[in-house]
Amino acid sequence: MGEVILEMKDIDKTFPGVHALDHVSFDVRRGEVHALMGENGAGKSTLMKVLTGIYTKDSGTITYEGKEVEFHNAREAQAAGVVIVHQELNMVGHLTVAQNIFIGREFKKGFSIDDKKMVEESKKLFQKLNIDIDPSATMSDLTVGKQQMCEIAKAISHDAKVIVFDEPTAALTEAEIQDLFKIIRDLREQQLGIVYISHRMDEIKVITDRVTVMRDGTYVGTLITKDCTKDDIVNMMVGRVIYEEPKTKSMVAPDAPVVLKVEHLNAGKMVQDVSFELKKGEILGFSGLMGAGRTETARAIFGADPKESGEIYVNGQLVDIHSPQDAVKAGIGYLSEDRKRFGIVVQKTIAENTTMANLPEFMKGIFINKRKERKKAQELADSLATKTPSVDELVVNLSGGNQQKVVIAKWLCKNCDILIFDEPTRGIDVGAKNEIYKLMNKLASEGKSIIMISSEMTEILRMSDRIVVMCEGRKTGELMIEETTQEKIMSFATRDVG
Amino acid sequence: MEKKKTAAKKSKQELIVFLVVVALLIFFCAASPSFRQYTTILTIMDYSYYIVLMAIGVSFPLITGGVDLSIGTGLVCYSLAGGYLIMHHGWPTGAAMLVTILFGTAIGVLNGVLIGVMDLPPFLATLCTCMITRGLGSICSKNTGISWPTAGQPGCWFRSIFKLDVGGTKIPLGFIWVLLLAILMHYVLRHTKVGRYTISIGSNKEAAILSGINVKFYHIMAYTVSGLFAALASIAYSAVFKTVLPGTGAGFELEAIGGAIIGGVSATGGAGSIIGTFIGVFVICLLKTGLPFIGLQANWQQIVTGFVLIGSVMVDIIKKRKEKR
Repeated sequence: MGEVILEMKDIDKTFPGVHALDHVSFDVRRGEVHALMGENGAGKSTLMKVLTGIYTKDSGTITYEGKEVEFHNAREAQAAGVVIVHQELNMVGHLTVAQNIFIGREFKKGFSIDDKKMVEESKKLFQKLNIDIDPSATMSDLTVGKQQMCEIAKAISHDAKVIVFDEPTAALTEAEIQDLFKIIRDLREQQLGIVYISHRMDEIKVITDRVTVMRDGTYVGTLITKDCTKDDIVNMMVGRVIYEEPKTKSMVAPDAPVVLKVEHLNAGKMVQDVSFELKKGEILGFSGLMGAGRTETARAIFGADPKESGEIYVNGQLVDIHSPQDAVKAGIGYLSEDRKRFGIVVQKTIAENTTMANLPEFMKGIFINKRKERKKAQELADSLATKTPSVDELVVNLSGGNQQKVVIAKWLCKNCDILIFDEPTRGIDVGAKNEIYKLMNKLASEGKSIIMISSEMTEILRMSDRIVVMCEGRKTGELMIEETTQEKIMSFATRDVG
Repeated sequence: MEKKKTAAKKSKQELIVFLVVVALLIFFCAASPSFRQYTTILTIMDYSYYIVLMAIGVSFPLITGGVDLSIGTGLVCYSLAGGYLIMHHGWPTGAAMLVTILFGTAIGVLNGVLIGVMDLPPFLATLCTCMITRGLGSICSKNTGISWPTAGQPGCWFRSIFKLDVGGTKIPLGFIWVLLLAILMHYVLRHTKVGRYTISIGSNKEAAILSGINVKFYHIMAYTVSGLFAALASIAYSAVFKTVLPGTGAGFELEAIGGAIIGGVSATGGAGSIIGTFIGVFVICLLKTGLPFIGLQANWQQIVTGFVLIGSVMVDIIKKRKEKR
């Protein structure tokens, strides 16, 4: 670890009604990976947005390379060598890799763009980083992992001295994560300062040198990673130990009726001949690597994507599902992995989101009975312990965990008995995760049946009564929780099905 | 708490536009003595009815994130069709009005199907129906101007819906009707399924689909409302103006869309209010009627209106940017 390259001191930022950052200090040294942790809403992103000028700070100072600076936008920060690699990638899908890397500063040959030179420069860059990507490939053809590598390469090509990674592994496979870590270690070698934001405790232990924890917009403390345990960090984040043991025994009665039966479901390359059963009160885990076809299976069952063949039985009855509408009618609710895009309408209130799938229940003639709507939303918010001053709050103002609860409320409001949770805790901090888990267990014990798609092994082991493993669009294994080990799941998930 | 804040913000936008209307009124009254006459009010009203009605309707597609460009030529087309039935086939006015309304609604449904079911881009789909209605209008009227019954003719009663003649004094009765319709549709947007799903489609269509909402149907409904109100606007237009000419109407929709956007309907969908639209249209109508009084002619009016529109969209964008910071 070298000297401090970037220091943020006493940063204060207030939004109307929220003290987002309360005199927070944070620094990065050359040649270190510094983790920034905290629950959602703790202020990590806000702090980084202040750093890169997306937000303007109310007070405090930022010192970069010994000089006090204030960036007014991401471009200025980038020019100075401070770059964020965002969770959502900022790539233009239709352009090539090289065109994306040099976007905004294209090489010219006379009046035309010199694509050849951009490809060459990209090649050099990739060589330096040990990345194996064809610079003339179209960006949208690459996997998310590769796209992220490009994003990193782009940052490096800007002569970055400080790189902020915002939850970089959220969409990566295990192998891609290893590649990413290799690159990050290389960058550390080259004396760059690296800020690493993540919720995944395992990664923090593996890749970072120091950990700074934030809570509710305040600075809690900084630890040397190798001198602390996971629980130390988690305790700083939430003030309590939350790690629970994996489930050892199925909670489902052996004679529980089958509520959902899927037979020989086919939908494109990602869903091939998938069959399984879901019992009443069961949590059925869907495990597999990214791209195994789990989400596609869920979407096909839910009617969100067309299916080619296969039968779906709900409570023994063959149902014809061609659209989400049909699925909802059959009592199936789907909670997407991408809440903001598919789950909620952020600019509407909790009450409006809650009744979205079941509005006919709340009509008085042709008008919406707002009182009844608010009452029901309040009931559900209470029973789900949604943290909000009122159900008239706009959903955009809630944290990730509470937004997820609103989506759950939406389906409970519709009385759905089968709930498909797709990555239920993605982007949700540890404390709220625990609450979502408790909630899912409660729902199952009340007789709801749950399909839980998850890429987190600990989540699968902790929640599932039974586990279906998929690989490359096929179901490759099924395990009762009693017989499940991490190794068994992995061997199914990586099975060569070709 | 937050809700109150946003609700206050929304009505603030309406209030600002309302104050602009008042300011414009004061300005024109001060600048031109001839503006300060009762007949000016009548002129403004005459010009406002059909634009307000179109604007109320087109607010729905706009809030879904789409647009309806067919309402202008549609208006003329429906009016020509209805008028032709009266003039050449001796239909009673009431029956012709009904045909006009059905015609407009049908074109609205067609737009809705093209956009909601066939997935055509709204701009393209309604541009096509715009051309189609223009052609149909000319065919219906056999390429000549059409007049709905004028004062003294049988069936001229419908004109007094909008302008009542009480012993020589003309009363702009239509204002009451369009205001009532605006309030009704304001309520529809806020408190009915059609309204709420219209907003849902505009702010997050995917989420609406995955909530099991029949998005196709409500997409069609939004355009049907637009078509229906274009037809109502068509009746207002027929009642206010003496003759309707085939081949006209293109450009009317821009005034309506402009009014809606000045009134706070988001150009990207997901937000808006009908009362806002109602007030917004009067900004346009006031400019249109008022500017000639201070010596600015038609071409200048359009330029001024264009800049006012840029201004109001900028206000919206700046406001959003500030919220983000």
